[in-house]
Amino acid sequence: MLAFIIKRLANAVFVMLSVTFLAFVIFTAVGDPVDQMLNEQATQEQRDELRERLGLEAPFLVQYSKFVARAATGDFGISFRNQQDVLAMIGERFPATFELVLVATFISLVVGVPMGVITAIRRQTWYAEAMQFTSIIGVSLPSFVVGIGLILIFSVWLGWFPAFGRGETVDLGWWSTGLLTHSGRMSIVLPALSLSLFQITLVMRLVRAEMLEVLRSDFIKFARARGVPARRLHFSHALRNCLMPVVTMTAMQVGGLIAFALVTETVFQWPGMGLLFIQAVTFVDVPIMAAYLCIVALIFVVLNTIVDMAYAVIDPRLKGADA
Amino acid sequence: MSISTKTRQGALAGLAAALLAATAQAETIRWGAPRDIVSLDPYSYGDSYTINFLNHIYEGLVRYNRDLEIEPALATAWEIVSPTTWRFTLRKGVKFHDGSDFTAEDVLASLERVSDETSPLKGNLPAYQSATVVDDNTIDIELSGAYPLLLNDLTNIHIFDKGWLVANNAEKPTDVSAGVEGYATFNTNGTGPFQLESRTPEAQTVLAVNNNWWDEPAHNLTRIEFQPISSAATRVAALLSGEVDFVDSAPVQDLPRLAQAENLTILERTDLRTVMLGFNRREELVGGGENPMNDLRVRQAMQLAVDMDLIQDKVMRGKSRNAGALVAPSIPGYSEDLDTVAPFDPEKARALLEEAGYGDGFAFDFVCTNESYVNEEQFCQAIASMWSRVGLEPKLDIGPTAKQTPKRANGKADIYTIGWATLPMLDTYSILVQMLHSKEGNSGVFNWGGWSYPELDKLTQSAAVELDREARLDMENKALRIAKDEIIMMPLHQQPMAWAVSRDFSDFPQFPDNKPRMWYVTK
Repeated sequence: MLAFIIKRLANAVFVMLSVTFLAFVIFTAVGDPVDQMLNEQATQEQRDELRERLGLEAPFLVQYSKFVARAATGDFGISFRNQQDVLAMIGERFPATFELVLVATFISLVVGVPMGVITAIRRQTWYAEAMQFTSIIGVSLPSFVVGIGLILIFSVWLGWFPAFGRGETVDLGWWSTGLLTHSGRMSIVLPALSLSLFQITLVMRLVRAEMLEVLRSDFIKFARARGVPARRLHFSHALRNCLMPVVTMTAMQVGGLIAFALVTETVFQWPGMGLLFIQAVTFVDVPIMAAYLCIVALIFVVLNTIVDMAYAVIDPRLKGADA
Repeated sequence: MSISTKTRQGALAGLAAALLAATAQAETIRWGAPRDIVSLDPYSYGDSYTINFLNHIYEGLVRYNRDLEIEPALATAWEIVSPTTWRFTLRKGVKFHDGSDFTAEDVLASLERVSDETSPLKGNLPAYQSATVVDDNTIDIELSGAYPLLLNDLTNIHIFDKGWLVANNAEKPTDVSAGVEGYATFNTNGTGPFQLESRTPEAQTVLAVNNNWWDEPAHNLTRIEFQPISSAATRVAALLSGEVDFVDSAPVQDLPRLAQAENLTILERTDLRTVMLGFNRREELVGGGENPMNDLRVRQAMQLAVDMDLIQDKVMRGKSRNAGALVAPSIPGYSEDLDTVAPFDPEKARALLEEAGYGDGFAFDFVCTNESYVNEEQFCQAIASMWSRVGLEPKLDIGPTAKQTPKRANGKADIYTIGWATLPMLDTYSILVQMLHSKEGNSGVFNWGGWSYPELDKLTQSAAVELDREARLDMENKALRIAKDEIIMMPLHQQPMAWAVSRDFSDFPQFPDNKPRMWYVTK
């Protein structure tokens, strides 16, 4: 088991290094931050001097190794544009993104699981077909279109929910939460719904496929023969056997949602990490872009490593395999 | 029993009255902005949007009035003692938001801070050499040479409180390369009409009225809630649903829809920014081969081939103003005779190309960004296809600003777009020295095509030290004439700008420099 863990950790470090390296390759192509840091009246000399001071003239590998050495100690520098500590800026915005992802995941399970069961056990009915059809729309619509659509219906026409922002927040130590205030709860509804739409479809399709599989198995047939009520049969016996992959997938998807929340955050002006990243890209704020990519990669790596380890515990066959 | 009920009722009535009075007095404006300010420190980043917002909190020695003319602010009078020395008399009785007095020491500390080696805004005060405190209310500013535009520059140099800077170790501007945060990035202490109440980056910045402001307020606001909403569609939705009262960047394509809303007023005009095209003027084209654009006839042909009326009508939806001069009409140095738009004449364009020996056309890189200017992508495509029709082969390259700017600045573009508003100076000298002058020393930073017109350079240098306004503007005008005759740049148009505001506001002046100034707003 120890060897397995060491191997996984080594993998994780390798992945992190590759991600930061690729990120740096990309940074060399996104443009020059200095042009936007100084205004129209700055002279050429001032521009060159600033570029020099920021270390942007150094060779690529020098810049990269300096970054890795500092990042390893948790020092990501300060933002070119906002002049604030990058890690603090990301830390400030992480709770917003995390709450959004959490609520979206919750919605996707609460809506997706029952839909999956219904489409599996009522295959021929019109409403199951309708759900199947709507779910295709859910996957194929880009999330900014969904977001704008929700805003148009629920904010502009009906006036039920705010169109943007996070509402009032309450600070619990370093964590700021919007879930404890009324305006905060109202504000999270639309962005979370918009972010969960794709997830709902995914959960529904996964549950449906698993259910169809399980419903064919012998123990269900015997249970049915014994006269177990249909409701209990479906929701208790069959569903329970489908949940393992759903839980695994949901856990893995949390990382993905954190990364992909950036579109939703931009549409709803949700003050999270994604919004910060998008703006950093526009202004070539290299320290923020670098730190964001590292942190998102870290979240992915940690989640995957945990899942792998959990699997190894559950399934002893994996311990020896080169997984 | 009955008495106590009465007392309670009385108290309730009093409370209700107090509440009513409070709501009558609380005049809040909820401002839906296209982007957040970058910092609370005005000397942190060369960003005029941030500087303008912070102008609600901080003030300069002089300021622009409603007609964008310079008027006294923290200084009440000034005189030119010698060509390089200006003496400013400061306003008495001005207090900072924390209660400390405004004196000449504060001006000195602020000028030192903005002109520090590491200050990104050093270029905003180019002629500054040093300053000497004469007494509490008088300060002498020493310049590197005779310089007529000092007042224009000072409108954007915000004054800090020296004691506050010293106490918080913020006398120097924040140096990004040192990696240390500065106090002024998160805190403010100005003399302006509003003071900071709270700020959550990317979410909300709240300002409350400063009741101890030295000036008679021309506004009646008590609170400004500044909320960035970067997605244009969301911004429009928030305005329609009444969640914000004002947006300062309404998308052109949404204007008809916003105009239909009964509780909104649309404020439209063209802004000071003139959008133009620049030519590569080096020996060779980016793709190699001799550069035909060094021939004036070719540049003339390229100008004649573009139908600006069609672009105005179809791409800009009739909202832009076609330009003949390189500066907008309200910029000093402009004259009407410069502002003649080149006619659309493809026949003549072909003839000129033929005459210059390029009858079969030539291929070149045409570099545009997709978001710097209003509908830029569309007008670039339109121009490219108009050029194709006279036999040229433009290779259109469109991308984000951050990616395109290095190409343009390093001579990797044959034709490029650029807009110039002469901000914050508001004078033709800005475009002359920064863009049209040969690239040498501190001049011609935006001379991306690499041209050189010695006569224009000479006029620019003379204007830089000419203290007589009429004589100076005459030189600037002559320089613009050379730029027009030689087609150094090809002016396209002044782009449209649109604000939308709730009908609850009775007075809401719109400024051609596209900067909202809430100290002129009445609800």
